[in-house]
Amino acid sequence: MTDTSITPTTQPGDWASDQEVRWCPGCGDYSILTAMRMLMPSLGTEPHNTVFVSGIGCAARFPYYMNSYGVHGIHGRAPAIATGLAMARPDLDVWVIGGDGDMLSIGGNHLIHALRRNVKIKVLLFNNQIYGLTKGQFSPTSEIGKVTKSSPMGSLDAPFNPLAVALGAEASFVARTHDMDRQHMMETFRRAHEHDGAAFVEVFQNCNVFNDGAFEGVTKKQNRDANLIPLKNGEPIQFGADGEFGVIDESGCARVVHTAEVGTDELLMHDESKHDPSTAFMLARLARGPFEPTPVGVFRAVRRSEYAMASTRQLAAAQEKQGPADISQLLRSRGTWYV
Amino acid sequence: MTDTASRELPLQEIDEVIIRFAGDSGDGMQLTGDQFTSISAALGNDLSTLPEFPAEIRAPQGTLAGVSAFQVRISDFDITTPGDAPTVLVAMNPAALKAQLHNLTQGGALILNTDAFNERNLEKAGYSSNPLDDGTLDDYRAYPVPMSQITRDAVAEHGVKPRDAERSKNFFALGLISWMYTRPVEPTFEFINTKFRGREQVINANTAAFKAGYNFGETAEIFEAHYEVKPAPLAPGEYTNVNGNTALAWGCVVAGQLARLPVFLGSYPITPASDILHEMSLKKNFGVRTFQAEDEIAAAASAVGAAFGGALAFTSTSGPGLALKGETLSLAVSLELPMVVLDIQRGGPSTGLPTKPEQADLMMAMYGRHSESPLPVVAPRSPADCFDIAIEASRIALKYRTPVIVLSDGYLANSSEPWLLPDVDSLPDIGVEFATEFNGTNEDGDGIYLPYLRDPESLARPWAIPGTPGLMHRVGGIEKEDGTGNISYDPENHQLMVDVRQAKIDGVDVPDVEVAGDVDADLVMLGWGSTWGAIDAAAGRLRDDGFEVAHVHLRHLNPLPANLGDVLRRYRAVVCPEMNKGQLSDLVRARYLIDVEHFGKIDGVPFTTGEVTAAVRKRLEELSGSN
Repeated sequence: MTDTSITPTTQPGDWASDQEVRWCPGCGDYSILTAMRMLMPSLGTEPHNTVFVSGIGCAARFPYYMNSYGVHGIHGRAPAIATGLAMARPDLDVWVIGGDGDMLSIGGNHLIHALRRNVKIKVLLFNNQIYGLTKGQFSPTSEIGKVTKSSPMGSLDAPFNPLAVALGAEASFVARTHDMDRQHMMETFRRAHEHDGAAFVEVFQNCNVFNDGAFEGVTKKQNRDANLIPLKNGEPIQFGADGEFGVIDESGCARVVHTAEVGTDELLMHDESKHDPSTAFMLARLARGPFEPTPVGVFRAVRRSEYAMASTRQLAAAQEKQGPADISQLLRSRGTWYV
Repeated sequence: MTDTASRELPLQEIDEVIIRFAGDSGDGMQLTGDQFTSISAALGNDLSTLPEFPAEIRAPQGTLAGVSAFQVRISDFDITTPGDAPTVLVAMNPAALKAQLHNLTQGGALILNTDAFNERNLEKAGYSSNPLDDGTLDDYRAYPVPMSQITRDAVAEHGVKPRDAERSKNFFALGLISWMYTRPVEPTFEFINTKFRGREQVINANTAAFKAGYNFGETAEIFEAHYEVKPAPLAPGEYTNVNGNTALAWGCVVAGQLARLPVFLGSYPITPASDILHEMSLKKNFGVRTFQAEDEIAAAASAVGAAFGGALAFTSTSGPGLALKGETLSLAVSLELPMVVLDIQRGGPSTGLPTKPEQADLMMAMYGRHSESPLPVVAPRSPADCFDIAIEASRIALKYRTPVIVLSDGYLANSSEPWLLPDVDSLPDIGVEFATEFNGTNEDGDGIYLPYLRDPESLARPWAIPGTPGLMHRVGGIEKEDGTGNISYDPENHQLMVDVRQAKIDGVDVPDVEVAGDVDADLVMLGWGSTWGAIDAAAGRLRDDGFEVAHVHLRHLNPLPANLGDVLRRYRAVVCPEMNKGQLSDLVRARYLIDVEHFGKIDGVPFTTGEVTAAVRKRLEELSGSN
C-alpha cells in the first residue's frame, strides 16, 4: 500500500522538535507520536507546510513535539481554529489532535461542524475514555457505571461512540486504529492524509495512569484474533486466526457469526466508498465496548466537495463576475453625488 | 408632474425638516425612508438617519409591537444627529400613531392613512376612541389622507390583485412627501425600476402609487404650502450615503488591501452585527473569505486560525457574542496574533434589547477576559468614521500583533450620513513584514527562529507564517518562555511576560486628544463612540446660548491618549454623557483621579441633543453661580 512514488526528503528525526516529551512514562501517546514521526517522511510533505493544531488535554500537547508549525489552542476549539487556518491556507497540511474530552465534550459542536463542512483537516481523536490531565474524571466515552473521582458511585452518562458521532455528522472519512499497532496507525494516518476532505480517525489510546488496560480486550496481542476485526476494502469482513469469524448484515444490524456456518459468500463485503453511511454506522456500533469484536481500519472514505477549495472557487467566480479588487469602485458601489 | 396646471401653492424655504415614517414592519417604512434619504442626499442636503425596528421580524399586524419607523433629518446646514424630535410624522396605521405620536414636536405635521383607522386596527392599537376625531390630535397639524383607497384605485389599471394593491401604499406616502419637500421624481422612478427589475407589474404599481401620492399633494387642497430645503454647505467633493455597518465592512475589506493581506471574517449571525457579515460576503472579489461559524466561539477561533495562517482576520458580533469570545480573545492575547473584533453593542444584559443601542460593553472590552489580558479598544464616532476605525484597528492589530476590539453600536450600525469619499491614494499603508529568516542562534551557533523575540520599540513579536521554510515553531496558550516561546512555568518569566504584554498595549501609538469648542471653558464634555453627534450638537446650542463649553471625544479607549489626564485637569468640571451606568467615567476616574461626572441613560434610544444640552446647561449655570 505504501506509495513508492514519493522520495522522502526528510527523516523521522527531522519531524521531532527540540522539546522534551512530557507524557507519563508508558502512555499510549508515545507510540502515536512515533508512528506520526515515522510516517511523515513518506507523505511527501515538508515540516514547514505542516501544522498541528490542538486544544487542551494530554493529547493536545502533541504539537509541541512535532518540528512543524503548531498551535496549542484552548479546550475544545481546535477544529474551529483549524477550520480558519485551512480556509485561509488551503495549501497547508492541517492536522488536529485531541482527546475524547476535548473533541466530544467541550468541543463536540466544533467537531461535528468541521466534519459536516468537510474542511480539509485531519482529525485524530486519541480516545482513552478518561480525563487524564485533570487527573481521572469520567469522560464522554467512559462506560456507564465508571467509578472515578467525580463519579464515586459510578457515572450515569451513556457514552458517545466517536465513530457513530462522526458518521452521524456525515464525515467523508472515518477510521479507527489503536496505539498497539504502529503499522496500522501509520497506514490509517496515511489514508487520512490522502483524503481530500475532513478525515476523522479514532485512536484507541491507553492511559496507563487513570484508565489502564481500557482497550486490552481488543488490542492486546493475545486478544486480537478473537476481538479485532480488520476492515479491508473490497473483502468480506472476516477475523479470527483463520478467518473463522465473520460479520453479516442481519436486517440492518451487524452480527458476528462463524464463517463456516453461513459461508464466506454471506459475509458482509466491506465497501468504504459506499455513499450511504448506514453500513458504516452499523459496523461502528457492532461492539458495545472494547471487550468484544471491534472493527478497525477505514469505515468510510467517500468523495465530497472540500470546503476550503469550494470557498476558493467562490472567490475566483466573484472575481470573474465583479472584477478584481478596486477600492475606488467599492466606495462608489452605493451611488454617489457631487457637492 | 401633472399634465393639468396645478394650483399654485406657496413654496416656503425652511432650513431643516425631521420626518419620521412609521408603519407596520411589513409596510416598507425602511425602504421608504432610505429612498427619501437618497434623493435628499443627491440634492446636496446634509442629512442623518435613525431607523428603528422591532426585534420581531413580523410582529402581529397592526399592533404596537410591530411598528417600524425610520427618521430622517435633512438640512441646509451641517448636522451631526438625526434630530431630537420629528417635525413630520407619517403614520400608516393607528399603532404607528400611538407608538410615535409622543415623539412629534408640538404643532408638528401628521400625515395619516385614514383608511387604516378602522375599528379593528384601533382596538389592536389600544385606542378606545378614534384619535382622528376625539381631540387627541388637537396640538398637531393633522392631514388625513385615504392612502389605501387612493393607492388601490391608482394601481387597479395595472392588473394588480386587490390583496397586493395596498402593498404599494408606502410609495404613495413617498410620493406625497416628495411633493411636500419638492424632491425630484426621476430618481425614485429609476430606483423602482432597478429594485424590482423583471417584475413589471410591481414596477408599474409602485410607480403609479408614487405618482398618485405626488399628485395628491398638488391637487387635494388640504396642504397650505410645500417646502424647500436648500443644499447644505458641505465640503466640495464626491459623496455617498453609508450607515455604520456598511462603512465598517468596507473598512475591513479595504484594510486588507492596505495591508496587502487576504481578509478573513469568522462570524455568527447576531443583531445588530449581521449586516457586516452580509456586506463582507458580497466582497469575495477582494479575496475576502467569510465563514459563518457554528457559534460565536468558533467564529473567533477560526479568526485566530486564519491569523496564524497570515490573514487579516476579523470576527463580528454584539455583546452576548463578545462574552462568548472572551476565552478565545485571551488566547489571541497570549499567542500575540493580530485580529480585530467588531462589537456592535446593543441593549443588555442577556438578550436585552437586540435592536437598540447601548454603550455598556466598554468594561467587558477592557477587562472581560480571565487574568491579565490587555488589548487595545477603539470606537468610531459616526457612521462614516466606522470606515476609518476599521483601518485604524487593523493597523494597530497588525503592528502590535494583538487582538483589537472595535466598539460600535446599534445606532451607528443603522444610522447613515453623507460621507465625503476619501482619496484612495491617501489611505495609510498598514502592511507589515512576515518573518522569513532566523532571528537568533542556538548554543552551537546555528541560526534559529525565536517567535517571541520582540521588536525593541513596539514590543511586537515576529510573525512567521506556516509555509516559511526553517521557521517552524509552536505557539500555545501555556505561558511561553521569553524569546523561544517554549513552555515555561518559571515564576520570573511569567512576571516578565505579563509585564511585557501590558507594556506593549500601553505603548500603542495613539494620537493625543484635541479639544473641540471653547478650549478655555470651565466645563468639558467627555465622550466616546456614537454620542459624538449629540454632544457636538449640544456644544453648538450651548454656544449659541452664550455659554462656553469644550468637548473631548475619545476614539482610542485603550490605551487612552497620553495627554488625556492633563487636558481634563484644566477644567473645573468634566461631564461624561454615555449610554451606560458610568463605565468611561469610572475608567477615567480610576486612571487619573479626576472627578468625572457621569451623565447616563440606558433606555435604548440615543441621546438627543436636547438631553445633553439641558444637563450640561444646568451644570454650567451651577458653575457660573459658584464663581
